[in-house]
Amino acid sequence: MSRTDDNNSGPALRLMRLKGLMRKEAFQIIRDPSSIAIAFLLPLVLLLLFGYGVSLDAEHVPAGVVVELPSAQTASFTAAFANSRYFDPITFDNIHKAEQAAVCGKITAIVWLRQGFGKDMLSGGAPPIGVIVNGVDANNARIIEGYLQGVWITWLEQYAASLGQPQKIPVSLEQRVWYNPEVRSRNFLVPGLIAIIMTLIGALLTAMVVAREWERGTMEALMVTPVSVRDILLGKLIPYFILGMGGMTLSVAMAVWLFDVPLRGSFLVLFGSSALFLIVALAMGLFISTAAKNQFLAGQAAIISTFLPAFMLSGFLFYIGSMPKPIQWFTHIVAARYFVNILQTVFLAGNIWPVILVNCLALLIMAVVLLTLVRRRTRKRLE
Amino acid sequence: MQPDGVDLLQGTNALEARAVSKGFRIKGRLVQALDAVSLDVKRGIVTGLIGPDAAGKTTLMRLITGLLLPEAGSVKVLGIDVALDPIGVQELISYMPQRFGLYEDLTVQENLDLYADLQGVPMGLRTGRYAELMHMTGLSPFTGRLAGRLSGGMKQKLGLACTLVRAPRLLVLDEPTVGVDPVSRRELWAIVYRLVEDEGMTVLLSTSYLDEAERCSDVILIHQGKILGQSAPRGFSDPMTGRSYQIKVPDINKKSLQTRVANAPGVVDAIIHGGGIRMVVEEGADPVATGLPADISDAGISPVPPRFEDRFVDLLRQQRPVHPRSEAAPQAQAAVAHHDDIIVVKNVKRRFGDFYAVKDVTFSVKHGEVFGLLGANGAGKSTTFRMLCGLLPASEGALQVAGRDLRRASAGARARIGYMAQRFSLYEDLSVLENLRFFSSAYGLYGKRQRARIDWAMEEFELANYADLKSGDVPLGYKQRLALAAAMMHEPEILFLDEPTSGVDPLARREFWHRINALSAEGVTVLVTTHFMEEAEYCDRLVIMAEGKILAQGTPEEIRKRFRSEDCPEPTLEEAFIGLIETQQNRM
Repeated sequence: MSRTDDNNSGPALRLMRLKGLMRKEAFQIIRDPSSIAIAFLLPLVLLLLFGYGVSLDAEHVPAGVVVELPSAQTASFTAAFANSRYFDPITFDNIHKAEQAAVCGKITAIVWLRQGFGKDMLSGGAPPIGVIVNGVDANNARIIEGYLQGVWITWLEQYAASLGQPQKIPVSLEQRVWYNPEVRSRNFLVPGLIAIIMTLIGALLTAMVVAREWERGTMEALMVTPVSVRDILLGKLIPYFILGMGGMTLSVAMAVWLFDVPLRGSFLVLFGSSALFLIVALAMGLFISTAAKNQFLAGQAAIISTFLPAFMLSGFLFYIGSMPKPIQWFTHIVAARYFVNILQTVFLAGNIWPVILVNCLALLIMAVVLLTLVRRRTRKRLE
Repeated sequence: MQPDGVDLLQGTNALEARAVSKGFRIKGRLVQALDAVSLDVKRGIVTGLIGPDAAGKTTLMRLITGLLLPEAGSVKVLGIDVALDPIGVQELISYMPQRFGLYEDLTVQENLDLYADLQGVPMGLRTGRYAELMHMTGLSPFTGRLAGRLSGGMKQKLGLACTLVRAPRLLVLDEPTVGVDPVSRRELWAIVYRLVEDEGMTVLLSTSYLDEAERCSDVILIHQGKILGQSAPRGFSDPMTGRSYQIKVPDINKKSLQTRVANAPGVVDAIIHGGGIRMVVEEGADPVATGLPADISDAGISPVPPRFEDRFVDLLRQQRPVHPRSEAAPQAQAAVAHHDDIIVVKNVKRRFGDFYAVKDVTFSVKHGEVFGLLGANGAGKSTTFRMLCGLLPASEGALQVAGRDLRRASAGARARIGYMAQRFSLYEDLSVLENLRFFSSAYGLYGKRQRARIDWAMEEFELANYADLKSGDVPLGYKQRLALAAAMMHEPEILFLDEPTSGVDPLARREFWHRINALSAEGVTVLVTTHFMEEAEYCDRLVIMAEGKILAQGTPEEIRKRFRSEDCPEPTLEEAFIGLIETQQNRM
């Protein structure tokens, strides 16, 4: 006697219902600017903000050079220091002044060339130099330390060569930075950011539009028509999938043409994996909407439960491998984690199939699980 | 067009509910919305589900449409158990929820198309059906307009049209006429009757307007989750035959007369109606010998046909007998002189974007008057009100309350007004006493005076029994009393009441107006908005508003007089309102 709601009518009738729902959604998207703003304005603003505003690179670091006794050697070193794009040196004549400047935050590193520096260099030695780095931002400090060493060694080599002396450094380190040879943080930030933006767009779009229908009472009317739950869900998923892919295209275009992030993999892989991820994000939004029935709550829930974890636990900003173990385990349920990995790979390394396939599989599992949950939890009932 | 589908059920009932119970858990407490309700809805007629707010009407409709599951009992719609096969039921019925489910950013046509798609109406049938529906609802000229830009009445008609794109076997309408202007209301009823007569549709509709009971073929009276009775409207009013009277006394203050009649022994109900007092006496009581005040016993008391409302009030009185109230105040009424204007509104306009909610409104209210703002939802009443209370600036024109512009006035001027917002904005998590304490301290009362006022409110509004209950848990009628008490803690000279009686049962409404009359007799000026036309009879003067304009102003008597005719020697205010709107439309 009981009929399930999936076989209540022929395919032609179902198609008519689905088309009707999708057409309605399309009109609403066109006439209510809020969903267009989420899909296009949000990525635009976030990408501009992060692309230009946030950089993890240490460039033009204000550094103090303490020259206790000026000589030709100290002048040569200071010049080499000033030529580096990483540092903007300020010269001090004693360490106390430099320390004072460091305390005040005017400089973040100090290179201390002592009185005997010129003499020791002339006598063919490599005199010790003092290096002090502001370690408050530990990551940054490590980067600066590395750069300082680099500048120092390069100068030593050049100095030795200029004297026609053989190199005194027993083992030389030849560095090769793969995938991002310029070590531009933007190159890895922007692809990661696209994942964060897509998380937010996907979850916000569906959570908000379903909540809007609850708020305006249209959902109640919809529920009493013979339309099935599956069609109601598809009627939301498909239009916002298309809109979300529009936002994705905009983000990729900005990444490639505005921020000059190299795209080494193929467009096909990029968009295929994005489509898969967008389905996961939209399903998260739908899942939120099964509980949050007003727009304010839905918006809050979408930001807290999808955007924040994606921001902090996806490896976009913070390396997952250095997180405490329990948090590392937790990151496995953050969908953005897989997508960040895919995007960084496709943009910077290319179509590295083992990486892409594993992550896509994880996304696929998440999509299936979420959609099943949403399908189960959405009832044509008000309770 | 005949309803689709094969007739599955041979019986005469379209709907059968048996011992249906449904409760909700709201913040930990259980609210029993429906308590073992059994009812039948017969095929091919209009059945009205009538009761005040929170009676359980919407819950029952949601059970019928499969949106809720009953805790106990069963609901069968057209022979199908809703709990087992909701989709099967939904294929046969149409439902218009209270907020009619229109997509406001879709046009009239797009809304129709959407619901036609959802209901699976074949393309070939659509053109004809649309034309028929648009003609029926008078929306043909507006098919390209966004639903959000329609007037309240038109939205309601579009909502109805959307539920009718496919002729359903059972049409379920949740409060389709609430807040709609009387003309649109009449049109909605005409449409419903056409559907029943031409298409053989079964209609179940809910309403809190008791006068609509008489328009139904069968009436189910529901109150506090229980069915009080079911029969044809005559079945309710017939037992009241011989108990309803009209009292006409020329040159007497109707309000004080009404109070005195209401308090007379043997009188069940007395309201101001038409030109006089409508009275219902106890069963078997002689109207003249009931103990009416001496000066009216020989006046023109004539029997009138009973109404549905008489029975409802009688039933409620049996549940809740009221103790007679000693009422000295109304006698003092003559002492209050209505001469100086305390509220002046001159050429006021209010614009929202390119839309004028209030267009050039002018009126004045005299000291100690009860002044009514009447109109349907969207007529501009609440906007006018908010401007008067200083909550919203006017776009143009001048507003003065107690000699001052409230927008710029000091707290001192505000202390002279009391405001009771729509839906009784109280702190539902605070107890009744805590609410009174809060509102009195918000108005700057403390110490002895605060205690005295709280004691006064407890006594005057009979709230003592509820003092420690959360205000969210007290019955609606008491919430209304508490809201009025809260607005009166600082003894304001002017009271603003926004839809104060919306949704409360007829007894609570009568008590409320009784209090308002007493206050006005003490010299408090009362400004009140309402969409219940009959309540306007309690006002000394009133304005009738539609689409932001004033259609008429004056005493109820004056307004009614304008529409006296051969067919209608004693028009009610509602009939006058319909007349006003029609004249307005003819002029355009």
